[in-house]
Amino acid sequence: MTRYLLIGTGVAAISALEAIRSVDERGEVSVVSDDPHGYYSRPGLAYYLTGELEESLLFPYQKADFSRLNARFYRARVSHIFPSEQEIELEGGARLPYDKLLIATGAQALPLKVPGADLAGVHKLDNLADARALLAHARRGRPALVTGGGITALELAEGLASRGMKVHYVFRSERYWPAVLDETESRIIESLLRREGMTLSPQTEVTEILGRNGKVTGARLSNGKIIPADLIAYAIGIAPRIGLAREAGIACERGILVNERMETSLPGIYAAGDAAQVYDPAAGKHVLDSLWTPAREQGRAAGRNMAGQPTAYCKSIPFNVTRLAGLTVTIIGAVAVPSPLTPLPQGEGKPPSPLPPLPQGERNAPSPLSHLPQGEGNTPSHLLPSPTGRGAGGEGRGEGDLLAIARGDSETWRELPHAIIAQSGFEVNRLRLMVGKTHLLGAIVMGDQKLSAPLQKLIREKVEITPIRAQLLAPDAPIADILAGFVRRGNGKQGN
Amino acid sequence: MFRGLFRSERARREALTAGQVTPDPSRCVQCGICSFNCPIGIDVRRHAWLGQPVVNSRCLTCGECVARCPRGVLTFERTNLFAERKK
Repeated sequence: MTRYLLIGTGVAAISALEAIRSVDERGEVSVVSDDPHGYYSRPGLAYYLTGELEESLLFPYQKADFSRLNARFYRARVSHIFPSEQEIELEGGARLPYDKLLIATGAQALPLKVPGADLAGVHKLDNLADARALLAHARRGRPALVTGGGITALELAEGLASRGMKVHYVFRSERYWPAVLDETESRIIESLLRREGMTLSPQTEVTEILGRNGKVTGARLSNGKIIPADLIAYAIGIAPRIGLAREAGIACERGILVNERMETSLPGIYAAGDAAQVYDPAAGKHVLDSLWTPAREQGRAAGRNMAGQPTAYCKSIPFNVTRLAGLTVTIIGAVAVPSPLTPLPQGEGKPPSPLPPLPQGERNAPSPLSHLPQGEGNTPSHLLPSPTGRGAGGEGRGEGDLLAIARGDSETWRELPHAIIAQSGFEVNRLRLMVGKTHLLGAIVMGDQKLSAPLQKLIREKVEITPIRAQLLAPDAPIADILAGFVRRGNGKQGN
Repeated sequence: MFRGLFRSERARREALTAGQVTPDPSRCVQCGICSFNCPIGIDVRRHAWLGQPVVNSRCLTCGECVARCPRGVLTFERTNLFAERKK
């Protein structure tokens, strides 16, 4: 009888557990996690903060579900993995044996490193306990300051605003989330946030957190201003939790390196979810995603492989839906716009022009099997996220506050596609397409989501768009109508 | 004016009765807003996890879950039941 051991209770681990049970009903499964709240919707914390959701609803599984899965759950911190003995050690010294081990430890917020960051009233948003602490400190009508780029920082800002706090949102870049959004999209989000009553300070950093009697009273910004605040929340990026794996001698870069069967460099040990750095055949290197659906799919593949059913995880086109300033936004595939150094077709009205050749050249993806300790391929170093997970901010790509990666983020979005940008829309309905030679490479859909499901399919399956390509690229083309017509004629329809 | 209002309300209701709620699991993060807002307590989130349409006979197709989902997971998909009636 196989003994399975899973570290973590996030979606990767739960999905692995389900997958193991779908293959092996008899094996002994133990699940160990230091999160006292077990399995809950981590992305749902954003809606818990806004008050759209009660806390009890964050838990998708009830007692009956867990008993159906027939596993033993341990609430404990794992202190060591001993691969040669096939055991793990829990804090306190108890040991658990395994035949197959999954590391699904997730990721954690990078700390804010400014004086005063240890004061009471400084918050992050890693887990349910953090969300509870935030809500316990939020006071209607009182000032709060939020800092960081990306989705989580905005979720913090919007959560606190909807609790009646006066939010001052500080970010380092010139505009909101420049690594993924183009200028128009950033401006749409910013204007919606201002309309909600938020104050925005772009191109600004928190240099010091001020306090009295151990409690936050405000922050000093890089422009010299002092902003009063009862509460400071930050989200400047995350780092995969790889300490255990690294100490056990498992090959890691920024995350735990895995092959397409989610196997690490040591036999019998697997990794999945935010902690894992998976091979991306399209990019020819290992990349980080911090997204719910890939974590679930990786967990499923890991679980099946652990139970002896060979299953490949094929990293698909990165895809996420999020809500920014109340606006539903779907991000599919490669959507990066060139850095300000590169001339780019700007603004509505002007005809889009082809982008200058990009330095990547044709990517020659090495065989997925030959990848394990391999480096980053031939990509010029300035296009790569920092290998240490630090310092990528601002390097070449105007990342601003985000160090390497944030929650709800995929590095693959930042691949510069060989594409021409076609865009249309205004205010809250906007569509941007990255148009490749024969198919679409990426898209951002803001507001109305009717086209987002068909676009997902067109991009993922590389549906040939030659019949409409010229139309899409015509000046001021109604690209949404052209696409809708194309889909109506049977291209990119769901479910076939 | 009232006639126009009536017509659009009728169209809306027809769409609701002819449809079933269908999830796109790849968009879902299991936050539970759908289940939270279901007036008769269907666990819509579970359907989204399993990738199954809400075929629960108690479903009113009221559209609360579809409208409240922050990630556009849920849509109404036409069932064949009324297909002929709607030309």
